[in-house]
Amino acid sequence: MAAPTKICSCPAPADQDRLIQFTNCRLVRGHQLLRDDLWVRDGKIINPEPIFFDEQSKAHSRIDCGGAIIAPGYLDLQINGGYGVDFSYDTDTIEEGVAKVARGLVKSGVTSFCPTLVTSPSDSYHTILPRIPTAVPEGAGILGIHAEGPFINPQKKGAHPENCIQTIDKGLSSLESTYGSLERIKIVTLAPEKVSDPQVIGQLVERGITVSLGHSMASLGDGERAVKQGATLITHLFNAMLPFHHRDPGLVGLLASDAVPSGRTVYFGIISDGVHTHPAALRIAYRTHPQGLILVTDAISALGLEEGVHHIGQLPLEVKQGKAFIAGTETLCGSIAPMDECVRIFRRATDCSIVYAIEAATLHPAQCLKIEKQKGTLDFGSDADFILLDDELRVLSTWIAGRRVHQTAA
Amino acid sequence: MRLVILETSDSVGKWAAKYVMKRINDFQPGPDRYFVLGLPTGSTPLGMYRELIEFYKQGKVSFQYVKTFNMDEYVGLPRDHQESYHYFMWHNFFKHIDIEPKNVHILDGNAADLVAECNKFEDLIREAGGVELFIGGIGPDGHIAFNEPGSSLVSRTRVKTLAQDTLEANARFFDNDMSKVPKQALTVGVGTVMDSKEVMILITGAHKAFALYKAIEEGVNHMWTVSAFQQHANTLMICDEDATLELRVKTVKYFKGILRDLDEGALQEGYTN
Repeated sequence: MAAPTKICSCPAPADQDRLIQFTNCRLVRGHQLLRDDLWVRDGKIINPEPIFFDEQSKAHSRIDCGGAIIAPGYLDLQINGGYGVDFSYDTDTIEEGVAKVARGLVKSGVTSFCPTLVTSPSDSYHTILPRIPTAVPEGAGILGIHAEGPFINPQKKGAHPENCIQTIDKGLSSLESTYGSLERIKIVTLAPEKVSDPQVIGQLVERGITVSLGHSMASLGDGERAVKQGATLITHLFNAMLPFHHRDPGLVGLLASDAVPSGRTVYFGIISDGVHTHPAALRIAYRTHPQGLILVTDAISALGLEEGVHHIGQLPLEVKQGKAFIAGTETLCGSIAPMDECVRIFRRATDCSIVYAIEAATLHPAQCLKIEKQKGTLDFGSDADFILLDDELRVLSTWIAGRRVHQTAA
Repeated sequence: MRLVILETSDSVGKWAAKYVMKRINDFQPGPDRYFVLGLPTGSTPLGMYRELIEFYKQGKVSFQYVKTFNMDEYVGLPRDHQESYHYFMWHNFFKHIDIEPKNVHILDGNAADLVAECNKFEDLIREAGGVELFIGGIGPDGHIAFNEPGSSLVSRTRVKTLAQDTLEANARFFDNDMSKVPKQALTVGVGTVMDSKEVMILITGAHKAFALYKAIEEGVNHMWTVSAFQQHANTLMICDEDATLELRVKTVKYFKGILRDLDEGALQEGYTN
């Protein structure tokens, strides 16, 4: 039946007092799809029960979701750019660049992201980091920077420029002098076998930074040592690390390691663009350690653009046949599959539940960054960043702080 | 008294919902003329609430000019506890319909002064002009609301200590842990419900059969407090076949005969007394 927006007869309140009730929907809540309404006010998801019994208010508007699924908005912890913007390269226009990506990402259901900087010269970090916007109106929220490098292993540099790779000679002060300031950094990817100072990882974690292991030749022992020191994330599992070996499983072995401190979860980003990780590898990772799995796009500047030559970091790249390579080579240098596509591909490959596929891109990344009270769920009190999806997990609309920022054309 | 015997407990919920809808619509409530409804909780009325929500969604009934008074609430249970009657009513009824929050009244089992809370409830009912239709269920011990055996038949809204039968019946909702079951409740009195213009009692299941027998085939007795409604001018009891198991065949035949003799149309819409 047609159910138009209904307004009650109370006087129209100020925007932040408007109580909105989303009905005729299924919510991702409590690890299930529940038939229940979503109540939003002042940019937060709220508990309607005290509103009814204590405040004695009704909704100012009711929105019929037509049976859609309401999921928390996706969090992307690794994205290098998009829509022609390269966060590491476009230093002069970084503010507009981040804003352009933030506004573009909402189309794929992403409501929060970590702009990622690949291995770059120190100058780049000093210039770029302070200028990354903290918020973009009508755009996905910025959780902080993911500094993927420069403290990586040159043998696993992937698409990163070797001449910018650095070593941590003076502990934390090496990082501070390279990056300029740690303030805007949320995640650091480093190669643990290149970190001799056992304090560094712990010091980064103390500053609220998530330490991720990647672009590394680490053995499982190296990885376990780093995890004991506080590392909690692995950067794009399988890519830019030693392959699983049955006598030394390497970083991949962390998914089944018995040396992880109890109560701690090791999370791992995985790119399910249909290119970077074979479906069987996706399944192995999913089956081995489902609670740690995080979907990332690792998307590059060509996300959202057509075939041709573009830029990443310090090197040119080429998009051909839906894949992105370092120009003139067959080395993959990043994904151009948007997050909602990654979620769908992952679900098809693993045959997981709708709820799990969504949690891999929402709850798990939020838990990894320890922000699950504000992001990544539809729990009462969390930020009203959510998406409406159909049963095929295609994005119908995207909402940030309770306001619609994107609606897919019918 | 009219006893309407239907096939299943589902039929009871649906019939009751149709009746409530008809009564509200016939009353033609408006901003100066509220329909005052007394409401129960429990598994039997759940079916009725589901149907009423459907009717509301289909645009057949509105609760905009309806005031409600629930029968009871546990003492000391947090309002958002899964077993509280506030929780039941919010999740199973109020959040799905268009009733005004200020027209909803449920006793507050966490009030600082429980006696004052009960007295205030009586005042609110009086101010609302009295209850037009009070809906209730029946306990296995024949109680209405939490008017346990021995409750005065002229009682008013008050604090009651729950009987052992009731605690045992409730244990299944509290992990079968007797220590978690609330021992007291606030409840409307038998007299409070008797004051309403019409009383509708829903009785389903074989485990209620003996209580139904005691309520309608034996005398008025404070040990089976539902029996008090033998002395109300407009009592309507809706039950399923299983609930009639302890009744005399003659009683069942008499009431079924009345339904059979009414034409279908009248049955669908309710009954005339």
